[in-house]
Parts: sequence; structure tokens; C-alpha cells
Amino acid sequence: MARRTTEHQTRVGPTSPSGRRAGPLDVDAMLADRRTGIIVCCGSGGVGKTTTSAALALRAAEQGRNVVVLTIDPARRLAQSMGIEALDNTPRPVTGVVPSSGGEAGRLDAMMLDMKRTFDEVVESQASPEKAQQILANPFYIALSSSFAGTQEYMAMEKLGQIHRDAKKTGTYDLIVVDTPPSRSALDFLDAPERLSSFLDGRFVRLMMAPARGPAKLMTAGFSLITNSLTKILGAQFLKDLQTFVTALDTVFGGFRQRAQQTYSLLQADGTAFLVVAAPEPDALREAAYFVERLSEDGMPLAGLIVNRASPAPESKLAAEEALAGARRLQGDGSGSVAAALLRLHADQVRLVERERELRDRFATAHPQVPTAVVPALPGDVHDLDGLRQIGDLLADSASAG
Amino acid sequence: MSDWSKVQLHVVTGKGGTGKSTVASALALALAHKGKNVLLCEVEGRQGIARMFDVDPLPYGERRLTTGLPDADGGRGVVYALHIDAESALLEYLSMYYRLGRAGRALDRFGVIEFATTIAPGVRDVLLSGKVYEAVQRNSRNKGAIDYDAVVLDAPPTGRIAQFINVGGEVGGLAKVGPIKTQSDTMMKLFQSPQTAVHLVTLLEEMPVQETIDGIAELKKDRLPVGGVVVNMVRPRDLTADALAAARAGTLDRGAIEAEVKAAGIEVTPTLVDDLLLEAREHAERRALEDEQREVVRGLGVPTYELPRMTGGVDLGALYEFAGLLREQGMA
Ligand SMILES: Nc1ncnc2c1ncn2[C@@H]1O[C@H](COP(=O)(O)OP(=O)(O)OP(=O)(O)O)[C@@H](O)[C@H]1O
Ligand SMILES: Nc1ncnc2c1ncn2[C@@H]1O[C@H](COP(=O)(O)OP(=O)(O)O)[C@@H](O)[C@H]1O
Ligand SMILES: [Mg+2]
Ligand SMILES: [Mg+2]
Repeated sequence: MARRTTEHQTRVGPTSPSGRRAGPLDVDAMLADRRTGIIVCCGSGGVGKTTTSAALALRAAEQGRNVVVLTIDPARRLAQSMGIEALDNTPRPVTGVVPSSGGEAGRLDAMMLDMKRTFDEVVESQASPEKAQQILANPFYIALSSSFAGTQEYMAMEKLGQIHRDAKKTGTYDLIVVDTPPSRSALDFLDAPERLSSFLDGRFVRLMMAPARGPAKLMTAGFSLITNSLTKILGAQFLKDLQTFVTALDTVFGGFRQRAQQTYSLLQADGTAFLVVAAPEPDALREAAYFVERLSEDGMPLAGLIVNRASPAPESKLAAEEALAGARRLQGDGSGSVAAALLRLHADQVRLVERERELRDRFATAHPQVPTAVVPALPGDVHDLDGLRQIGDLLADSASAG
Repeated sequence: MSDWSKVQLHVVTGKGGTGKSTVASALALALAHKGKNVLLCEVEGRQGIARMFDVDPLPYGERRLTTGLPDADGGRGVVYALHIDAESALLEYLSMYYRLGRAGRALDRFGVIEFATTIAPGVRDVLLSGKVYEAVQRNSRNKGAIDYDAVVLDAPPTGRIAQFINVGGEVGGLAKVGPIKTQSDTMMKLFQSPQTAVHLVTLLEEMPVQETIDGIAELKKDRLPVGGVVVNMVRPRDLTADALAAARAGTLDRGAIEAEVKAAGIEVTPTLVDDLLLEAREHAERRALEDEQREVVRGLGVPTYELPRMTGGVDLGALYEFAGLLREQGMA
């Protein structure tokens, strides 16, 4: 995919001209801004992307916007409470959306992405029924559509493109919130189309395609050496399947690449807002930093960082060491003292908070222009609309708290 | 006596981010008793072992990593590390089994190696797990290789594990004849034997526990040997059930706590006591959820082991501490 840097967009990250620190992320302003048409939540696995996407979508709808949220892998109970546990690859209305302040609530639809189905649908729309059947049954296609690294990301983009085109035509939605797949690296989302393209453009695929395209000019001695050894190692059926698959690539997947390019440009447009979600942990923040740098390289609009599941800071100033020393004194008599246990818990809490603050500071020093929201960890899971509302409030509160 | 003394291959899986790499490393340290050689493998191209042990990125080749956790008498074994990547494994495999000569080089030149390792169904997995297999059941063609007493695999996450080791199905099916079929059949024999144990790492949270349940069901379906469940990042458990209930209900005796904190030599302020009570409440709520999930894990009927949540993060010292805890609980 072409990397393009545009001048008119806000630059963030280490290349930014001034070292001033950005303020907190103002989520409500972002949601209220009608120009915001797409919000993409990125980040490494398990940090709360799905939760954040759903919470933002709900908040936007309750503030009057018409929203669809494309989730990838919601926890079972969350999916149930949003009414999307059936994977049918179409947005379904969420019930229980209520207007937040006097006004009128908008609409909220949600869907869970079925990666394989999305892929199959594209094939079906591009090839004759007979040909499509042949492709869908091919073992290489099955591997590509179900386990190729990047397929899920790629299909999320495909689906986003589809929904966006439909929404533009019918005016059903004015905001699309996108969750991204649970990859270990946030970059996978941006890299997927590139990875698929470079696979399709790979030497071997081109070579295998050559006979299908015309005179077998490329059937060199080297090539028959290869086919011979592949037959020897893997059997003749393998090569036949491969040939079918590669031929299909040529006819069906040409359009794919073009659409991926379009979706990529859509992501670069001003109506898109990327939110990077991270846990206050070294790995997650390192991933977030890579991602922020990459967005700025590719000229993609970054709205801010969300540090999710932060440990809430205590009000009092009692230091961890002091609390532990106190606990030891109480434990001197060997009884199970409640206060000693509480002091130890307090020491843990103080240490966590200090460590997380240090990690956040380090991030902010390297990327001073990224507006940030900090969302505390709730004691329990987030599995219903009330929980999502609570996360939404915390996200918005973060702006006023500074 | 360890629960898995007959096991030669320990596969460590679990939901992403639950601590697979951490547990695999600690387990390797724990298994390295005096006179034993243990190999710790990773297959996801992330150099996680190097980062965890603070050494240079690992090549495709076995390297001495460190010494194991000392035994009671101070003796310790050796832990080796291996970073397996599919392309190197394929080239090694081809040169070990086929005298392809010119064709071997042509495969590389025409991008076949690259193709095979990125897409061909199951090929990538069979290459990676094939190398793990070779490390367990040393191939006579691999001259001078170390014989390991145990191999620990930092494996792909639960969702992909059955596919990763159940190579017999896919590749065997695709290449119904020929040496690959024979090869993957022998590998399956090891993976399905009591010499293998697939351990699952989880947190006491809804999603990871659900993934553990699903993972075990899938392993059983594929007749792969389920090992233990390692419950990671467990919160401290030194409050009694009564105190927890009171903390949750907001009925902890404020006066008694004030008095105790004072007795501990700490200056008592209302803010501090508020903090302690709030922290207690949130902790108790969290604990209630954990206990609920712990019951679910118990119900799985497999041996479980617990590791505490380290508020300062995991460094080398913590890995040895975890190794000690795993040994104490009988995992190694
Ligand atoms: N018991 C623990 N206490 C505190 N932190 C821990 C504990 N176990 C693991 N961690 C931390 O949690 C993070 C994730 O751990 P680790 O990398 O082992 O998980 P993983 O399952 O291998 O992740 P991935 O799925 O990304 O491979 C690391 O930063 C690690 O240091
Ligand atoms: N702020 C929070 N407080 C408490 N639990 C949270 C919070 N954010 C997320 N969770 C929980 O963490 C788990 C993982 O969140 P999820 O959104 O599915 O992560 P991701 O989509 O990034 O993999 C879920 O069980 C969710 O309920
Ligand atoms: Mg998710
Ligand atoms: Mg890992």
C-alpha cells in the first residue's frame, strides 16, 4: 500500500515540530463533531479495544448520532447483551439505547465480523457461481481465508469499506466505529492489505500464474525442476490444487487489491479518527508507540491514546514502604490482622500506580502531542450496556479531570 | 515427585497476554534440576525469550541460555533456548531428508520457500512443530545434537494450538502419499502420547477462563494430552472470607482499623482510612470474581498451579521465584 504523508493533517509523534504536550483527549467533542465519520480503535490484544469501541458507539448513539459498531471478538456476555451473538455478518439494532440529556437518541446497530464469510462473499460476488464453488473448496483458498496472517485485519477493512459505501448511499449511519482484530501488534491492522498484496505479487505466485496466462514461456528448466520436487515431496494433487488456486487469484483477487487501496485512502481522510488503546503495561505501550509513529508516517489522523484499565490512584500520601513496614509491625504477633492485609494491599496499589505513571510519562515524553484519556480498571468485567455507559462516562471524565 | 515426570514435551498455551511466555520460561527453569538439560523453544518470531532473559536476539540454533533453579543441595541443570522460524526449518528439513541439490536452491530462488512458509495449508505449522519434534526425538542425521531431558514450547495461543500440533489432519490429508504423510504421522504419535502435556495458562477472568474451557475441549477432541492449568496473576489472598464480605458490604469496622493502623506506627488521617476501605472494597469485588472463576477452573478436573500477580512487573528474579513456586506445587 502506498505510504503517503500529507501536510494538512495534524502531525503527531516524534516528528512533530513543537515539544508541547497535548491536553487530555476530549471524547465528547470528538463524538459531537459531525465531521467525525469513522472511529478506529487499535491496539495490541486484550487491552480493551472491543470494550472501548462499543462504549464509544453507545455514547455517540445516546447523544443523538446514528451509529454502527463493527466488533470483532466481543466477550460472550457482552455480545449477548448487545444482541449480536449470532454471527450473521449484518448489523443488528441494539436495544436499550436511551437519550443521554433531554435530546433524542440516535440509532445503534452492531455486528460481529465473520471473517471467512466476508471473504467468501467477496469471492461469490466476483466469480461465476460455478467458479466460486471451485475456489471455495480449494484447500489453499481455505487456508488463505481462515488462517493467513492478516486475513482478519484485511476482512475488517473490507467490511468497513462495504458499510461505508452503503451508509453513503442510504444515509443510515453517520458514524462507523471499528474494532480491530486481537493481533499482538496494532500495526497488523495497517499492514494486512500490504501483506496480502505482496503475497499475491510474490515470485512463486506469478510463476505459477504464467502458464495460465498464455504461452508457457516461463516453463524454464528451473521451473520444471521445482514442480518435479514439489510433486516428489507433496504429491501430484498438491500441485493441481495450487494451480487452481493461483488461477483463481488472477481472476478474482484483482479487484480486491483495488478496494483495499480505496479503504486505505478512506482511513487517511479527515473524517477518520484513530484511537490507540493500550493497557498501562510496557508491551502494550511499546506497541502503542510504534502505532503512533506509523500513523504519522502514513498521514493517518490520530485522535488520541486511551490508557485503559489503569489502577486508580489513592488520595492519601502514605508511601508503599511505610505501609509495608506498618504491616510487618502488626503481623509481629502472628494474628491475621485485617489492617495489616489492607496496608499490604495499599502498598501494592501505590506501587502499581507509580509504575503505571512512569510508563505513561515515558510515552508522553516520546510522543508529547498525543492527547490522552485514562480509564480506570473497573473491579468487574464490562458485559452489559450499563457497564459500557460507565466506561463511556469515565472516558469523557478523563477530559475534565485533566 | 513432579506431576509430569514422564513428560518430555511441555507445550504451554493460553489466551494472548495471559503469560504463556512467562510460564514457559519459569517452567523451563523449574525443570532444570541437577544434571538435566532443558530446551525452551519459541515459534512466533518475536524474540520473547531474548527479551525476557535480557540476552541478544536468538539465532536458529540451540544456545545455552542460563542455569536452572538450584535444587535443595545447590545443584542445577542447564536451560538452552531455540528460536524456530519456518524458513530455516524448511531449509534444514529439505537438506536433512532430501538430497535436492540444484532443486533445493531453485526452490528458494523461485520464492517457493517464502510461499510455502506463508500460505500452503498447514505447512508453516508442520515445519515449526516438526522442528520441536526433532528436538524431542533427536534425529540420527542431526550429528552431535544435545539430548534434552525436557523440551518446553512457548506455543501459539489457545485458538490456534490444536491446528498447530494437529498436523496429521491437514498436511497429511493434503499430501495423501509421500514422505510428508509418514513424517506427520510419526509426529502425531509423539504429540498424542503421554510423553507430551499441553498446559494452559489463564487469568481468573471470564474471557481467559472461557478460552481455557474451549481449549481443553478441543484438545480432547483431537486426543491431545491435556496437562495442567496455570492460573497466573493471582491477587493476594490474605483477607478472610468474613473480612472480604464486610469489605464488599462496606461494613468493615472503621474504628478497629484506625486503631490498628495507629498501633502500626502510621499517622492516621480520614483520607488514609477512606483509601484503605475503598481499596479493600475494590479488592474484595475483584476477589469475588476471581473466586467464581477459580471454582470454574477447579471443575475442569485437571491439576492447577497458581502464580501471584507481581505489582512491580516480571524480571529475571521473578522468573526464578515463579520457577520455585511451580516446583513447590509439583509442576516440575
Ligand atoms: N504473574 C505475573 N505478575 C505480573 N506480571 C506478569 C505476570 N505474568 C506475566 N506478567 C506480565 O504480563 C505480560 C504478558 O506476559 P507474557 O508475555 O508472558 O504473555 P504471553 O501469553 O506470552 O503473551 P502473548 O500472547 O503476547 O505471547 C508481560 O509484560 C509479563 O511480564
Ligand atoms: N476499564 C476496564 N475495567 C475493567 N474491565 C475491563 C476494562 N476494559 C476492558 N475490560 C475487560 O477486559 C477484557 C478484555 O477486553 P476487550 O475489550 O475484549 O479487549 P480487546 O478487544 O482489546 O482484546 C473484557 O473482559 C472486558 O470486560
Ligand atoms: Mg477485541
Ligand atoms: Mg508470548
